[in-house]
Amino acid sequence: MIEMQNLSFGYGASEPLLADMSLSLQPGSFHFLTGPSGSGKTTFLRLCYADLLPRSGRMIAFGQDVSQLSRDGIAALRRKVGVVHQDPQFLDHMPVADNIALPQIVAGGPVDTDVIRDLLDWVQLRQHGGALPPSLSGGERQRAALARAVIMTPELVIADEPTGNLDWEMSMRLLDLLIEFNQADKAVLFATHDLNLIRAAKQRVQARVLRIAGKRLQLAGADL
Amino acid sequence: MKHGELKSLDLAALWQGLRRPDPMGTDRVVPPTGITAQLTVFAAAAMAFLAVFALALALATGRLAERWSNELAQTVTVRISAPTEQMDQQTATVMEVLRTTPGIADAKQLPDSEVEKLLEPWFGPDVPVEVLPIPRLIEVSEAGEGFDAEALRLRLQGEAPGAVLDDHTRWREPLVRAAGRLRVLGLVSLLLIAATSGAMITLAAKAALAANGQVIRVLRLIGARDITIATAFVRRFTRRAAAGAAIGTVLGMIAIWALPSVDEAGGFLTGLGFQGWGWLWPVLIPLAAGLIGFVATRSAALRMLREVR
Repeated sequence: MIEMQNLSFGYGASEPLLADMSLSLQPGSFHFLTGPSGSGKTTFLRLCYADLLPRSGRMIAFGQDVSQLSRDGIAALRRKVGVVHQDPQFLDHMPVADNIALPQIVAGGPVDTDVIRDLLDWVQLRQHGGALPPSLSGGERQRAALARAVIMTPELVIADEPTGNLDWEMSMRLLDLLIEFNQADKAVLFATHDLNLIRAAKQRVQARVLRIAGKRLQLAGADL
Repeated sequence: MKHGELKSLDLAALWQGLRRPDPMGTDRVVPPTGITAQLTVFAAAAMAFLAVFALALALATGRLAERWSNELAQTVTVRISAPTEQMDQQTATVMEVLRTTPGIADAKQLPDSEVEKLLEPWFGPDVPVEVLPIPRLIEVSEAGEGFDAEALRLRLQGEAPGAVLDDHTRWREPLVRAAGRLRVLGLVSLLLIAATSGAMITLAAKAALAANGQVIRVLRLIGARDITIATAFVRRFTRRAAAGAAIGTVLGMIAIWALPSVDEAGGFLTGLGFQGWGWLWPVLIPLAAGLIGFVATRSAALRMLREVR
């Protein structure tokens, strides 16, 4: 699904922030990505959905070399990858339900109200469907972002510190939703520095833990 | 990504997106912007109002130049000032010369009654024309491509020394030239109005795009194509420009229609307006405004999208 071969990346002409990174994301896989603040977790995730292009190395996403993709090609790639940020952004003038339907709207397809309703139920936001995003709490925003990320049934969901601003209970709820999504043979790449969350997750899902250290991507061992 | 890939956001695709209705509500992704929308509509209306006047000026001066040119080009006058005893003989000579000159369709001597009418504004109605040394006037109509004025002038000089050929060239040309310049000024004004409209809409579109940077980033993140994002903005600004221009055009046409009707005494000023099918010309103004809105917003959207991956 996503193959990275010896990727390196740096902003501008500066020293590379990430170097020699290789990774293969397969359907049904669950990966945690961890590392200290500033280690390049977000940069790495942005490479995964082609928000950044590597300085060197090769990245194949869904059979296509990302460096060769046109802007429309990148848009098509992003419809196969759902992204949830720590601080998810919405169109604040549109109700939550419409924000969740946004990928369907911009794809030009019909908006499936049944799917929207099911997703609102799934993330337990049924009663907030008509509300505007600024009225949602942090946890509700994360769940709305997750619903928006999965509405096009992507092959992969990338979550960048989605529990960073949430309490433990809400973090576990979000984790449960991602595990449920993963069980439909979808891949999840979850960046967090919350080791307790990773330990809790490992009891419920077979997950691999990756760590960025010294500019490189490593498979974390049992020291978690 | 290659630099030229944004060019794939071509006019044809965008135009197609504009023509389609918006059943999916894609336009809703751009938040309503009250003051920007109102200012765009107002600016387009004001520009269209001015454009109607510039158009009317261009058309009226065009008509004027053509009329002066045609009317005056077709008529030439021969004036005979001679002692009374030679007047009849010189008149007959001039008539004979004119009759045998190629390119002259007709020559007729103005009767005294018409000469009296010409003099009336200066001498009053009771002028005794017969006792005044009034020159004879012969009105000449050209045929086809006209005659060789210089050759005729020399011939008249030789055969009837009191005859002077006046082909109105001296005063006709500056008038026609002035009318032509006015027409050019009208057209230049139209171009300036179009350019100013384009600049204003570009500024408004850039402001709207900058204010909606978050919207654009969210849309790109969820996989929106450039064409989808651009169309939402372009459609909105094209409609605003066209709607504002339609209002301004209607108001401008009413203002032109309300001008005093054409009057000989009023001359040029009362002739400022549209005639017959000419009233259809202003219909093009909202269309042109829509096109300007389309091009200006597309260009602003392209620049903005280039900055968002």
